[in-house]
Amino acid sequence: MFPRPIQTMSPAAQRTYKIVLPIMLILWLLPLLGVAMTSVRPSGDLAAGNYFGIPSRLAFENYADVFRNSPLAQYLWNSFRITIPVMFGAVALSCLTGFALAVYKFRLSLLVFFMFVAGNFVPFQILMVPVRDLTVDLGLYNTITGLALFHIAFQTGFCTLFMRNFIKALPRELIEAARVEGVTEWQIFWHIVLPLVRPAIAALSVLVFTFIWNDYFWAMVLTTGASTQPVTAGLNSLNGQWIAAWHLVSAGSILAALPPVLMFFMMQRHFIAGLTLGAVK
Amino acid sequence: MTALPHPAPPPATVPRARRSRRQLTPWLFLAPGLLMFSVYVIIPIFQSIWVSFHDWDGLGAMRWIGLANYSELWWDEAFYTSLKNNIIWLALYLLAVPAGLMIALFLNQTVRGIRIYKSLFFFPFVISQVVVGLIFSWFYAPGFGLFYALIEWVTGTGVALLADERYVTYGIIAAGLWPQIAYCMILYLTGLNAVAPDQIEAARLDGAKGWRMLWHVVLPQLRPATFIAVVVTVIGALRSFDLVSIMTSGGPFGSSRVLSYYMYEQALSEYGYRMGYGAAIAVVLFGIMMIFISGFIWKMWRDEKGA
Repeated sequence: MFPRPIQTMSPAAQRTYKIVLPIMLILWLLPLLGVAMTSVRPSGDLAAGNYFGIPSRLAFENYADVFRNSPLAQYLWNSFRITIPVMFGAVALSCLTGFALAVYKFRLSLLVFFMFVAGNFVPFQILMVPVRDLTVDLGLYNTITGLALFHIAFQTGFCTLFMRNFIKALPRELIEAARVEGVTEWQIFWHIVLPLVRPAIAALSVLVFTFIWNDYFWAMVLTTGASTQPVTAGLNSLNGQWIAAWHLVSAGSILAALPPVLMFFMMQRHFIAGLTLGAVK
Repeated sequence: MTALPHPAPPPATVPRARRSRRQLTPWLFLAPGLLMFSVYVIIPIFQSIWVSFHDWDGLGAMRWIGLANYSELWWDEAFYTSLKNNIIWLALYLLAVPAGLMIALFLNQTVRGIRIYKSLFFFPFVISQVVVGLIFSWFYAPGFGLFYALIEWVTGTGVALLADERYVTYGIIAAGLWPQIAYCMILYLTGLNAVAPDQIEAARLDGAKGWRMLWHVVLPQLRPATFIAVVVTVIGALRSFDLVSIMTSGGPFGSSRVLSYYMYEQALSEYGYRMGYGAAIAVVLFGIMMIFISGFIWKMWRDEKGA
């Protein structure tokens, strides 16, 4: 193990480590803690210049205010309506593409694979004008469907990379044995491979949920207005309205951050397994 | 050309129809994903390049103007500001890699509760950049913000970081580094988990420790993690849009623009719908990105062939 386990060092070093650890954490999360505290600070405190001290009381009404006086609930709801279909769509498509690229050897296999990988890295701006144009032509501009369709397509790139590598690592004998038995290709996919890739499906679902929930650029390009915009774009316009009303901005930010954070803590193992794919040989 | 990994030569008795069906199968599985990806990602790249040779407001007819958009870029002051900022982003963003490694080394212990510490250190990455931008806007806000107050306390006068042309880009990059360091940290923590203990012990017996151990024994084993950390950091730096848009909208006086934001501004905002000019900026950004993407793909291709 590197660095040397702290247990093998002097008691003084061990004690120092245990003290330094929480201090580092607090420093690391200082901006976030500040915002969390501001979100429960009564507006009276801000007016009185009490920005950093202990809040005079815990003003949870800031959160109620945010819901009452802004369309934040609608924005959050829109985010769910966009994110969840994209999660299913992108994962389903990539199970198919990943299976095709991992199991079959055909001439263009690597080329198609690297097309998915490369497409996944391009700057969004090179897609912006044509994708917006296409969405307008389809009559889907400023609809949840229009935004979700694009996300499904784009996320398929990353998800295919992931699925293909995951399926490639499965024992091939399973598939070959089934072929010898005369099982059809679709049945191999459905009954043999799909149950085995369940961990990959879980990892991809949490990752896609987080990526799409946090998307801001495409929401700005393909939607306008509170009836369709997700919470990221919504927060941007609320931020314009709530100039210096930091207790409201903070409360709104915390609410917008909550769903992916909960998702992360519930599915931590899968989340990290997905993100660190390839970090170990 | 068979579906099998160790292709036995197809016996001559296999009917021709069945063989061609075997060849068709992968394409049937690929079809829906490939179709979506082509329509929304691959084809638009070429369409954008096409649009960049036109004058177009997004509604009316497109007018071919050849390279006029690019020659306009050549003389465009704002373009160079954005390009310069992109380079600063790229250079400073890469600090996330060593910083992430340092935190990972710090946290790679087995004391009580360390798992929770690791998750909490990773926390900033899960939050959307919009929220990170708002958090740091508050952090820097004159009068209200913690950072502003700290600077004021240390130096006597506060600095309105996001309203100062000299510092604004650095202020935004610092906000971007926060989640990026978290990401690099988790990559290295996973990598450190897999470092071969016997090699470490052997090196320790040879008297290696500290920096020398890190450089000669540990880092070579962390190479896959470093590769991914560099890839995601470079891509992240060149994609930076959200933070600029949220924190400053490119201001003050356009001094914090980056190419991605400038493109958006030209194509879709009050500056008028100059789709052609915007597309030309996007093509330049794409060109810069392609240098890196080709490098990554080349390396992955080599690994794939070697495997």
